[in-house]
Amino acid sequence: MNTQERVRQFILEYFYVSDPADLTDEISLIDSGFVDSTGMMGMIVFLETEYGIHIEDHETIPENLESISRIADFVGHKLQMAASHRRGAD
Amino acid sequence: MCGIAGSIALHDAVSPPALSDLSAMVGALRHRGPDEFGLYRDRRAGLAQARLSIIDLATGQQPMCNERGSLWIVYNGEIYNYVELRAELLDRGHRFRTVSDTEVVVHAYEEWADDAFARFNGQFALALWNSDEETLVLARDRLGVRPLYLCNYGGRLWFASEVKAIFAGDTSIPRRLDPVGLAETFTFWTSVAPQAVFEGITELEPGHVRTISRESTRDRAYWTAHYPEGPVAPSGSLEAAAEYLRATLEDAVRLRMLRADVPVGAYLSGGLDSSLVAALGRQTKGDKFSTFSVRFEDAEYDETRFQRSVAALIESDHHEITVSRRDIADVFPDVVVHAERPLLRTAPAPLFLLSRLVHASGIKVVLTGEGADEMFAGYDLFREGKVRRFWGRQPGSNLRPRLLERLYPYLARSPVAQRAMAREFFGRDRERWAEAGFSHQTRWRSAAALQRLFVADLRRETRRVDVTERLLASLPPSFRMWSFLAQDEYLEVRTLLSGYLLSSQGDRMLMAHSVEGRFPFLDINVMELANSLPPSFKLHGLDEKYVLKRAAAGLVPDEIIRRPKQPFRAPDALSFAGPGPADWVTEVVSERAVTEAGIFDPTAVDQLWRKCQASPVGEQFSNADNMALVGVLSTGLLYERLIRSVPTRFLAIEFKTVVDRCAAQQTGQASADPTQTGPLT
Repeated sequence: MNTQERVRQFILEYFYVSDPADLTDEISLIDSGFVDSTGMMGMIVFLETEYGIHIEDHETIPENLESISRIADFVGHKLQMAASHRRGAD
Repeated sequence: MCGIAGSIALHDAVSPPALSDLSAMVGALRHRGPDEFGLYRDRRAGLAQARLSIIDLATGQQPMCNERGSLWIVYNGEIYNYVELRAELLDRGHRFRTVSDTEVVVHAYEEWADDAFARFNGQFALALWNSDEETLVLARDRLGVRPLYLCNYGGRLWFASEVKAIFAGDTSIPRRLDPVGLAETFTFWTSVAPQAVFEGITELEPGHVRTISRESTRDRAYWTAHYPEGPVAPSGSLEAAAEYLRATLEDAVRLRMLRADVPVGAYLSGGLDSSLVAALGRQTKGDKFSTFSVRFEDAEYDETRFQRSVAALIESDHHEITVSRRDIADVFPDVVVHAERPLLRTAPAPLFLLSRLVHASGIKVVLTGEGADEMFAGYDLFREGKVRRFWGRQPGSNLRPRLLERLYPYLARSPVAQRAMAREFFGRDRERWAEAGFSHQTRWRSAAALQRLFVADLRRETRRVDVTERLLASLPPSFRMWSFLAQDEYLEVRTLLSGYLLSSQGDRMLMAHSVEGRFPFLDINVMELANSLPPSFKLHGLDEKYVLKRAAAGLVPDEIIRRPKQPFRAPDALSFAGPGPADWVTEVVSERAVTEAGIFDPTAVDQLWRKCQASPVGEQFSNADNMALVGVLSTGLLYERLIRSVPTRFLAIEFKTVVDRCAAQQTGQASADPTQTGPLT
């Protein structure tokens, strides 16, 4: 399951969305009301646990988290950074 | 306070209303008026009433009629200026046989027809039947303090104080939740009259009178709220306004204390509004005065210290109940049956328990502070709207949104992620700051997002009507000329006050235990004064209820005036999702029940329930989770108790007053005397 699919599955469950068709990759999670500001905390905890990444305060901005595709890009970027960091340390 | 019910035949082929149907209707309302029952019937119309005797205990029975026996009334409510109106009507040649306010309504209608209602200072829902002309008049007070529902079915127009009475009147009336009513509830927190949450049922709009004759039905507003158009320059000082407000409020409280033939007490929440009302009530009463408060086991919601400080100052006979999460879960099914609407908050539950305490203490009438937040800009929503509009004027400003932290101090303490997302949330569409409904969009959007739990069919049906657009299309023509604060107040009154606070948290919870609420802040003179004030007298900067705080100075403890506004809240999801949930909760969220009700998607409900169950004990739920769980449970209960269950027809009603003009064809218990009790005075 790719990141996009995994994040979508999490949102469907955690934010009890009945119709997956409503949850496109581009829809703004805040504007649509699926995720409120408290809910975003749950999302961040999920991403950190699921992908073993650490999300810095300054990264918790709408540009990184406002839609499924942005989250997937952001997570991909973080994983890449971590990987190159590890390679660099080897 | 009382319950009213009845039906009229809409054409000649329809049989006269059956006595058993009228009994069943009033039987479903007996909690509203357990003291006496009465009915009137002729070939076309039937009226029934359950009475809670408060004014003119001896001769105030209903139905009541005019001198000639041609105009009949069933009436729920109080007209506080009935003494003055009675004197005026006597001058104009009317004759009275009782000292009740009910009879004043009959004669006022004879004298002034539809224009009578605008003369009433009070809270009422009533039906007047002109048996000569065969015309029915239905009317409701300005803000809808008293309920009135209608249903057109089987060639009759059915009407009653509560929907359950209509369903009991004819059990073949289809019972189904209305998709648009649900969409409104899951947006505005309430359906907005005339829309109701049941299909085929409508609610008479507050401030409206409807006249139904053989030829036509005419519905008109006898009153609409008005605010100053254009900028309001203060016509006097703040101090003068505060003094005038205080005197007007004193009058409003005095009328509500004295126009009752039973003792009147007061609710005391610990906030400014109820404290002020209680203090003025105590002043009028002079001696033993009862106050009633809800305490919470959960410290977060509890206001005991403030309640006791007021009670000590005004030396009232103070009564308290302490409410736990479990108490809320235990009474919630009854609460929903009385509210007859889905609820997104549990706050009605403690008020249900409080009215039970009032009843047990032998008090029938209480004053409350309801309405002050709408009239004097007490809610965060008004302050939030002001900040968001200020930000919208300079949408790129980084400084302006920081004002949100003044409103919601938790934001300043929140993790950065939450702050950034909150900014996104509050800032959405801020460039549209001048549009109608701008301040309410944050609340409406959060609630409407819960419609994602609906099953696909229902979501399709709800899309037939854009409920926000429909509401905004129904605004008065002068709306856009009003100040932004006035616009926000109007919308708040029209939606949350009328449909939720005065109904689900008000009338329904009070009447569940036969207690009448009286609301000095909704006195017509107080309202008109409040509406005429410059916005800065109400919301001064971000200081809410500015003029009211000054009016209250010296009457209530200083700490009550200084403390920040605390909305009345009760534990929501926490009441249901703890360890060992109540049996009914497990049942209502079960796949079987959710599927049968056909409102929510069973998988989505299961996910919501699991999430709430998995939440660590004591952890706060998000606003969305709270509203979602309470909404799912209350809607499920509503389906179970009012839709699925066949209404019970409680027929063992002993009528004290019976005027049956069809008596010739019926049993002998009825009297055909149209002028009933008492000599003319």
